[in-house]
Amino acid sequence: MKPAKMPLEELMSSGHLACQGCGATQAMRFALKVLGPKTVLAIPACCWSVIDGSFPNSCIDLPIYHTAFETAAVVASGLKAGLEMRGDTESTVMAWAGDGGTFDIGLQALSGAAERNEDIIYVCYDNEAYMNTGIQRSSSTPVGAWTTTTPVTNFKKRPKKNMVEIMAAHSIPYIATASTAYPEDFMRKMQIAKETRGTKYIQILAPCPTGWKAPPELSVSLARRAVTSKIYPILEITRNGQKLKVWKDFKPTPVRDYLLAQGRFRHLKDAEIKTIEREVEDNWQRLLAKEKMLESIPGFGE
Amino acid sequence: MKKVIMGNHAVSYGVRASEAKVISAYPITPQTHVVELLSEMCANGEIDAKFIKVESEHSAMAACVGAAAAGSRTFTATSSQGLLLMHEMLHWAVGARLPIVLANINRAVGPPWSIWTDQNDSLSQRDVGWLQIYCESNQETQDTIPQAFKVAEELQMPVMIVMDAFFLSHTFEIVDILEAQEVRKFLPPYHPDIKIDINDPHSFGNLASPEHYMELRYMIQEAMEKAVGLIKKVDGEFQKQFGRGYGLIHPYRCADAEIILVTSGTVASTARAVIDEMRDEGVKIGALKVRVFRPFPFEEIFEVLSRAKKVAVIDRNISFGGHGIFFQEIKSALYGRTDVPILGYIAGLGGRDITPGVIRQIAEQAITDKNPHRYINWIGVKT
Repeated sequence: MKPAKMPLEELMSSGHLACQGCGATQAMRFALKVLGPKTVLAIPACCWSVIDGSFPNSCIDLPIYHTAFETAAVVASGLKAGLEMRGDTESTVMAWAGDGGTFDIGLQALSGAAERNEDIIYVCYDNEAYMNTGIQRSSSTPVGAWTTTTPVTNFKKRPKKNMVEIMAAHSIPYIATASTAYPEDFMRKMQIAKETRGTKYIQILAPCPTGWKAPPELSVSLARRAVTSKIYPILEITRNGQKLKVWKDFKPTPVRDYLLAQGRFRHLKDAEIKTIEREVEDNWQRLLAKEKMLESIPGFGE
Repeated sequence: MKKVIMGNHAVSYGVRASEAKVISAYPITPQTHVVELLSEMCANGEIDAKFIKVESEHSAMAACVGAAAAGSRTFTATSSQGLLLMHEMLHWAVGARLPIVLANINRAVGPPWSIWTDQNDSLSQRDVGWLQIYCESNQETQDTIPQAFKVAEELQMPVMIVMDAFFLSHTFEIVDILEAQEVRKFLPPYHPDIKIDINDPHSFGNLASPEHYMELRYMIQEAMEKAVGLIKKVDGEFQKQFGRGYGLIHPYRCADAEIILVTSGTVASTARAVIDEMRDEGVKIGALKVRVFRPFPFEEIFEVLSRAKKVAVIDRNISFGGHGIFFQEIKSALYGRTDVPILGYIAGLGGRDITPGVIRQIAEQAITDKNPHRYINWIGVKT
């Protein structure tokens, strides 16, 4: 294993209030290394409302606007407009929300901002449930998972919402998924987002050891195995939703191992795991077929 | 320059003259003309502003919150369901101390659907901490917009301007149009000290412990108390420059009145016509228009009403299980300081017309009523 190359600059300091092994915290640190000091953040209700620190402290050396749960994308739009009308056309405005604030309550405002193609970066740090309120299911929670509102006797039966497809339907210039296990890849994508005008949507898998019922030291390993088991594909969608590039250059690992490493899946019976394995493979094949199909459209493949 | 324009457009001209920099809105009847004209003004360069065409009123207020936090002058307009959808962000604007100006065209709340006027939409936002100013003419509405921005920016508090649906929003009146270069002397460009600024990074709105929260609420109340004098001062400055002033309240023939009718919005003008008629008949009657509802001008109202023998409050709204909302406020303004009877009248809900006849009926009923505790009288209700 070779060490990751990343800028030494730190805009996030120690003293934050995250749990051990928090993927959302790692993701923020990587993102800010790329975005630099000319960045303004909009943060809705989510773990990061707490992680930032309580008044008068903040662990981030940037202007942050904390806002209501469903408003990250539109407050970011307002901040951008307000800054521009004040003569600051340079600053990057980033909305930074959890999966609840993105897939569920914030979906409408995000859809509105994307349809208007607001010049903002929207990052969803996806820990696959309402973790800040104590692990309740969101529409990002994967099938089979335990949460406090999907107890083991009635675990989540419906698949995770395909947020990436929803965003792709908005004809925005840049969409990507990432994982905290691949910081260089994530930072490369943040760099593209920073240099692209219009709405950019980046969804990064950010393990929550507390909510996933896994030891904190497995945070990065789980983020990696989610990708290598094909559960959480790493991809980029460019040309306003017309071009798809899926990352395939990895040695596949078993879905079963990923699931059983986490307490949230440990109740699953063998047959249930097999069903999930089949669904993961189906989704993966469909994704590859779509990539190929888009490549085959004259003028879009190259 | 004078123009014959509808009430909604009077709002748009007020915003143009105030040089708002970010406007965000969502369409709803009967407000829509306000933002239609503003988007036209933005498109043809009459205003140098960004117009964020959002997907809901909740987002309209959230966009204004973001833009105001970034230090720009912001405006939105709405009605009824739209204002109710904004409710959460109305609180946010107050807690964040953002000087957003909003025009609400009073429209009854559903169900059943109604597009006509009553005040339950704005009055059910009474406790969020927005200043509320009720206007009765197109001229007053236009003039109140720059006044509102000036008050808002000095206090760092949001201001809601309220007008009746159709009776004002769609009624054409002569308005002396304000021009930006004139208004600029009254309302200079907005440059707040505290704002989102990459050269001076701060975290806004993060978690406040019980050690800090209450002081922030105390400061909001302090600002509200300061607002009473400030609205008066700003109105005076406006009057000095433009020759038109409106006050916190507007008493009409109240000095020697034995009975005073309390009104707001367009009912105030109708009431004045009835007062003149009844005065001609020898009745010692007056009318008090309450223009500023939040902060409630308790002292000014006490001064006027404590001289009367009877007070009749006309409410185009109701707090279910309580009384008319203006009635309750008037009662608390007089409580313990005078024993003048205060009678409450509910009229004109859902846009039912409050005609001179209706007002006369209320006045006559109030004069003859021997019961000083009749707090709710429904006018014209078919039972």
